[in-house]
This record gives sequence, structure tokens and C-alpha cells, in this order.
Amino acid sequence: MEDHFSSTRFLLISALIVMVGVIIASMVGMSIQEELKGSTKPTLIFLFLFTSTGKLFSFIQFIGFFGPLIGIILGFDSINRERVSRTLSKLVSQPIHRDSIINAKFLTGVATITIILVAIVLIISGLGIRLIGVVPGAEEVGRLAIYLIISILYISFWLGVSILFSVIFRSTATSALASLALWIFFSFFVSLGASVLSDMVAPTPVGQTQASPEMIMKQAQVQRIVSLCSPVNLYTEATSTILNPMRQTTKLVFVGPMEQLSMLRFQNPLPLLQSLLIVLPHLISIVAITVLCFGICYLVFMRQEIRTI
Amino acid sequence: MCCSSGWGDVKVEGPFIIETEGLTKKYDSYTAVDNLTLQIREGEVFGFLGPNGAGKTTTLLMFLGLTEPTSGKVRVSGLDPTREPLRIKEKVGYLPENVGFYDDMDARQNLRYVARLNRIPDDISAKRIGELLKMVGLLEEAGKKVGTYSKGMRQRLGIAEVLVKEPRIVFLDEPTIGLDPDGTNRMLELIHSLSREKNITVFLSSHMLEQMQKICDRVGIMIKGNLVAVGPIQELAKKKLGVEKEHYTLEELYMKYFKEA
Repeated sequence: MEDHFSSTRFLLISALIVMVGVIIASMVGMSIQEELKGSTKPTLIFLFLFTSTGKLFSFIQFIGFFGPLIGIILGFDSINRERVSRTLSKLVSQPIHRDSIINAKFLTGVATITIILVAIVLIISGLGIRLIGVVPGAEEVGRLAIYLIISILYISFWLGVSILFSVIFRSTATSALASLALWIFFSFFVSLGASVLSDMVAPTPVGQTQASPEMIMKQAQVQRIVSLCSPVNLYTEATSTILNPMRQTTKLVFVGPMEQLSMLRFQNPLPLLQSLLIVLPHLISIVAITVLCFGICYLVFMRQEIRTI
Repeated sequence: MCCSSGWGDVKVEGPFIIETEGLTKKYDSYTAVDNLTLQIREGEVFGFLGPNGAGKTTTLLMFLGLTEPTSGKVRVSGLDPTREPLRIKEKVGYLPENVGFYDDMDARQNLRYVARLNRIPDDISAKRIGELLKMVGLLEEAGKKVGTYSKGMRQRLGIAEVLVKEPRIVFLDEPTIGLDPDGTNRMLELIHSLSREKNITVFLSSHMLEQMQKICDRVGIMIKGNLVAVGPIQELAKKKLGVEKEHYTLEELYMKYFKEA
């Protein structure tokens, strides 16, 4: 872990995150401060610090976008750097279990990610308390804690992906590019693919015939299911649901105007446990893919011949 | 330049510390090591010769437990490398060709890292590291980052690193390559003293036949996966080049075997 903390790379990432986080927090904090001047503070405002958009994006959007990048940066050269500088053969001839090497790479990456994320959330919270004068309640702290857990798991998935590529590929550049390519694929192309696929599988005819509600629903459902294949979408849905108590469902709901009106008047924020229940399937999926990814990485590394001669 | 013997004394007795029987390694249809039967005595300097791709490194990897043999038995210090690799690695030091170090750490830190991987407490290792650095002549440069070291310095640091865990057996792959004449001599003297003074078994693989002739007690010649000859150089020379020959070089001997294969 000393490796991570003393490297220039790590300093650059952390500096970037802290800077952006603080900027967003101060912008958002100040705008909330403005809005609430004089009125009694509504409940659950603390989370707005994280979810409302500053000039360009909100904090959770920033982490959602850059989180994978952090995971990739921390892991992409973990094994092939050792191979290239010929220290791997030396490591492997010491009396340590070979799996300690790969476990250590993964666990120190996760530890580093945890420290970065917890630190930044605490900094923003501190800043927020100072700016808007509201102290977070127990439920908000709980939601933030769950958000942190989901984010750490999600970024660990990308860490696992980049370590896997660094085991498979000999060149550090190739593993970096492969990880980035995968990220781009999941971020942008899955949603595109989802809409194309749903058009093919459950088409809504345009033109003369009226599209029946069932057909529209079916198309939307297919689109949704395909988009859930992307961990990016899993993550963004999960985090926006957990941090926004007003959000009661991740499913698509068609409502007419009267229903919309009644929803507006009678909407209550969801208690923490209920929000957690909604998000649980996403959480489990993210854990599953992270474990799967690391499992494959572990197997491949253990089976590889160490012939760095 | 030819010399018929090196430092004169040749070790011919002692228990066997490495034994193999019918050791074979196949990669799909390619046989890297074919039916190797070899015994190496404790404390001797054994030279492993052969052309590139003959299977020398594969054999070494099988001794260390880094590669699984396809068939055959191997025992290193009484242990089976496929069953108990960790215990073997506690006793065996391996210096690969072109060894790497962590360039942004200095010599002491590199050695201390290896000592920690071997579970040697820091206070004991500190003393040992100081002695080893003195022995290989790197004490003054010990504080500089290894990235600044020359090739010769890296080789010497490699030897120091291998000795940190005080092994019983040492595998050296091309230890003198790239060294200047003075460095080479020092390295050879060091290897010789390891065997004679500390009773460490040295298993040496090299192409520098002149140097091997100087320090090796016995040699084994491996060509295309087969061990074609093994024994003290004098005996092999008598067999291959003729009883009468007074002066011979290992090179002549080796080329004779090589051409026949």
C-alpha cells in the first residue's frame, strides 16, 4: 500500500478528486444557502449536497463517471509492471503463497479506494455543515454509509477488471487500453444497444396503427433489462435511489395527469430500510460481478507460468 | 587459453541434496526436459551447460516448484517441490538472468523487502544486510536508488539478495554475464567461497565455459532436453578427448558433445 500512497499517480488522482469535490460542494452549498435564507430547513436537505447538480454535474455523477477510472488507474499495471521490471520471478521464488501476490494487489487497491472515498465524503460533509448549517440526521448518515459501500464495491469491480487485464496482457499500455475500452463500452454503448435491441424484439409500430400500451411497456421493459447488463447503469440507479428518498421506485411508471397531481401532493420520503430494499438487487449484482471478476483474475494468475526469462 | 583444472580441490563426497529420477516436462508435443536423472551433492559447485533452449531453465523451475513436471520424481533437500514449494523456497535462493529490482527503492530497502517476505525479523535482517552489502562491495552505494545502479552493481546486489535468507542451495543463472573482468573474478571467488566455507550447494548455469571450468566441481551438459554427460570435467575430458590429453578446455569438450547430438 505504501506503493500506492507514495506514487505520483495516486497524488494526482486524489488531488483531482478533492479539488472537484470541494468545488461542487461549495457551489451547491452556497446555492442551498441562498434558497433557504430565512425559512425553516426542510428535512433531508443534507443529501442534496451530494445529489443536486452544481454548474455542470453533481457529486454522485462525478464519482459515477470517474470512479471506474480511478479503479482502472490503480490496477492496470499491477502485475505486468512486475513482469516487465523482472521482479515477478523474484517474488515468486520467495516462500510466500502465490495467491498472496494477487490478493495483496487487489486488497490494497480496495483499501486505497475506501480511504479516498471516505475522506472526500467527510470533507464535503464538513464543508456542507459549515455552509448550510444543517447537521445530518441518523437516516442521512445511514444513506451516505450505504452509498459509500455501493461506490466502493463498484469501483472495486473496475479495479478487478484492470487487474485481470494486467494479468492477461504483457504490456501495461494494452491492459490500460483494454480496461478503458470496456468502460466506454459499458458507459455508452449498452444503452444504445438496449434501445436498438428493444426496437427489434418488441417493436412499437409507427404510423397508422396506434401503439398499444402493452407494446410500449414491453419495449420499455426490454430496454431496461438490457441496460441492466451494464454495471454502470446498475450503479447509477442504485446510488440515485439510495441518496434520494423521494425516489420510490426504479421501474418505469406511466401515470396520467390526475395521478401525477396526487403523487405530488401525497409524496412522502421513503424510510431508509425501504430504500435499501429497492436497491438490494443492484447491490447484490454489483457484488456478484466484482467477485466473479476477481475470481477469474485469481484463477488465471495462479495457472500462469512464470517464465519471465 | 586453456587450463586443465581450476582451484584444484574437487568435492567428491557428501550426501545428495538434489535428486531427480526420470524427470520429464512436455509442453503439448514439445519435450523440454526428457527423462532427467541427476544427483547433486551438498556443498558442491555444479555447472549446467547447454545451448539455448536445451531445457536448463525449465529444469531449474521444476526444482523450485515453479513448474509442474509431466512425469518423474524430484527431491530437493528431501522435499517434493510440487507438494511443499514454500519450504523449499525457504532454503533455496534463485538468481535469474537479468534480475530486476524495485528501482525507486535503495539497496537496503530492496533487501529488507525480500527479508520480510522470508519472515526474517527486521533487527536480524538489518545486521545481515549490512554484512552482505560489505561482502559484495556495495556498502557505499547502499543508500542510492537501485535505478541508478550499473549492471555489475545489480548483479552483486542480486547475489546479496539471494543470500539474505541464508539458503542451503543457490541457483544462479548466468551470474557473471555483463561483468567486467575484476567483477567476474570477485563473483567467481564469492561463489567458490560459498561452497567451501559455508557448504552451500551452488547450481550454476552459464555459457562462460572458461569461468565454469575454473570453479565447477562437476558439470552436466544438456542438449535438446537430454543430459548427455555429467561428471567432473577431468573425467569427462579423459573419456571424450582421450586419456593422453594434458591440456584441454571445457569449450573443446562441450563442442564435441554438441556436435554429436
